[in-house]
Amino acid sequence: MKNIFADLFSKKNRSRTISFLMVTCAYILIEVIMNTVGMSRLFKSLLVPTCCYIILALSLNLVVGISGELSLGHAGFMAIGAFSAVIVSGLTVSSITNDILRLVVSAACGSIISGIFGFIISVPVLKLSGDYLAIVTLAFGQIIKSLITNIYLGFDANGIQMSFVTNTLSLEGGKMLLSGPMGATDTAKISNFTSGFVMILITLFVIYSMINSRHGRAIMSARDNRIAAESIGISITRTKTLAFVVSSILAGMAGALYALNYSTLQPAKFDFNTSILALVYVVFGGLGNINGTIVSTVVLYVLPELLRSLQDYRMLIYAIVLIVVMQMTNSAKIKELMEKLGKKIFKKGEVKE
Amino acid sequence: MNPVLEVKDLGIDFGGLTAVNNLDMEVYPNEIVGLIGPNGAGKTTVFNMLTKVYRPTRGQMFLDGTNIEKMNTVEVNKAGIARTFQNIRLFSNLSVIDNVKAGMNNLYEYSFFDTIFHTRKRNDNEKLIEQKALDLLEIFNLSEMKDVEASALPYGAQRRLEIARALATNPKVLLLDEPAAGMNPQETEDLMNTIRFVRDRFNIAILLIEHDMSLVMNICERIYVLNYGTLLAKGGPDEIKNDEKVIKAYLGD
Repeated sequence: MKNIFADLFSKKNRSRTISFLMVTCAYILIEVIMNTVGMSRLFKSLLVPTCCYIILALSLNLVVGISGELSLGHAGFMAIGAFSAVIVSGLTVSSITNDILRLVVSAACGSIISGIFGFIISVPVLKLSGDYLAIVTLAFGQIIKSLITNIYLGFDANGIQMSFVTNTLSLEGGKMLLSGPMGATDTAKISNFTSGFVMILITLFVIYSMINSRHGRAIMSARDNRIAAESIGISITRTKTLAFVVSSILAGMAGALYALNYSTLQPAKFDFNTSILALVYVVFGGLGNINGTIVSTVVLYVLPELLRSLQDYRMLIYAIVLIVVMQMTNSAKIKELMEKLGKKIFKKGEVKE
Repeated sequence: MNPVLEVKDLGIDFGGLTAVNNLDMEVYPNEIVGLIGPNGAGKTTVFNMLTKVYRPTRGQMFLDGTNIEKMNTVEVNKAGIARTFQNIRLFSNLSVIDNVKAGMNNLYEYSFFDTIFHTRKRNDNEKLIEQKALDLLEIFNLSEMKDVEASALPYGAQRRLEIARALATNPKVLLLDEPAAGMNPQETEDLMNTIRFVRDRFNIAILLIEHDMSLVMNICERIYVLNYGTLLAKGGPDEIKNDEKVIKAYLGD
């Protein structure tokens, strides 16, 4: 028993243990509060989107922090996942009556389609690096948004119909799934906080499985030193592609979760700002730092919502918090203090090794 | 006996500058060979051509009889050439043991499916990787620092870790680029013993660039001397020590 504990909190596994503990505790706490004291509608409405942004930020962290490439188009993958899931969910609404099963199927389809796009894009894109890569991913995000803004898609007894730019569909008693700039309307809300929690667990599991494997080591080696990585037989393109595709799959899942939480969803939601927002969460939490990403996402997503009552001042406060934290985490003294604190907390686990 | 590494008439031009020309060299199995010469003689360029960081302009290179001309850096490593770098190139954010484990990327393979689903194949291979990594760290006296970030290691230990990582790829030929640079005499002495030990334990050939003449003369069985990109002399340590051309190249007229 002691051994298991020591292993869970050993230097190698500590971050993973903390992640799962933190997320699970937060989930239980929120569930308990919801069922006993009750929760305001504002808070309830924030739960699922927070889960989505945590998954999005974690997936972006895989590219930016762990693989070391800057992506400015992650909202694009989220959008692909979101609208694919809406379409799948809309098409199967009568054939799969169980909500949970339909959510699983839709989210899986959304993730896979997003992953396929991730692969197609990564082939030309990952030949670039640094600023050039960032520019191309930025363009990709915009293209996806514009594409979805111009798609009209519906189905009726005759099957699926689709038109581009203008709505020329004549449905006979069927249903519109995507209506251009209006996006998805009348979607069945089938995702909830529990499904968000489960998806975060899946995301964490995938990322930690990767980090502690030969694939993760290859990805991080390629990030730290390209030439040395090649000299020990690691193919840079292959490892970077892997990271990018896995990341796009996870971003697609975040999108699916997000889309199925609302009855309407506009493509404009997944614009450049969303990509940048996710990047801010990642940078704020620390590149490659998974627990930091989770905490920073929660803080930075929930904070502006809580400050709504302050109206015009809220973006000001948001900006000040950003600047203060970035300055603080850059100071050597505060880092030292945090490390000492961490050592104190984890002393027990280490001594028992 | 056939040479494990053979280069014929090797040469490379950078624009109008000929960095290496007409180089013929053989390394036989289980041999420690030195490649020496004054600064700028083209020693590291030879290493970079062998590992395909640069593409040679002329000449051929054979590893175990196979022509490695068309291979890239990754394929050359898979074929059996591993190297270290003059300016240390470690994976600075990875722990010491993960640096070594990264070297075994192609040795114990398992698919991404295995990674995600923690299959038996993954667990078995990871155990092998862990065991071999610990063995290598033991040889290079790094066991106690296995969980430290590579960038936090002292200079000498970083050099040793780089050799350990290169060895993790199971090479036939190990190229060491100034392994003793920045080491104190005691560390250099230890390094010499380690290099000999590694050669005997893993049965590999070692080609090394070094400026520390006591090390070169001590452990190299044969030595090649480069000057201005061309071969100046070759032979055993005693021949080289007494070669007038070599003395002139190093000390001047």
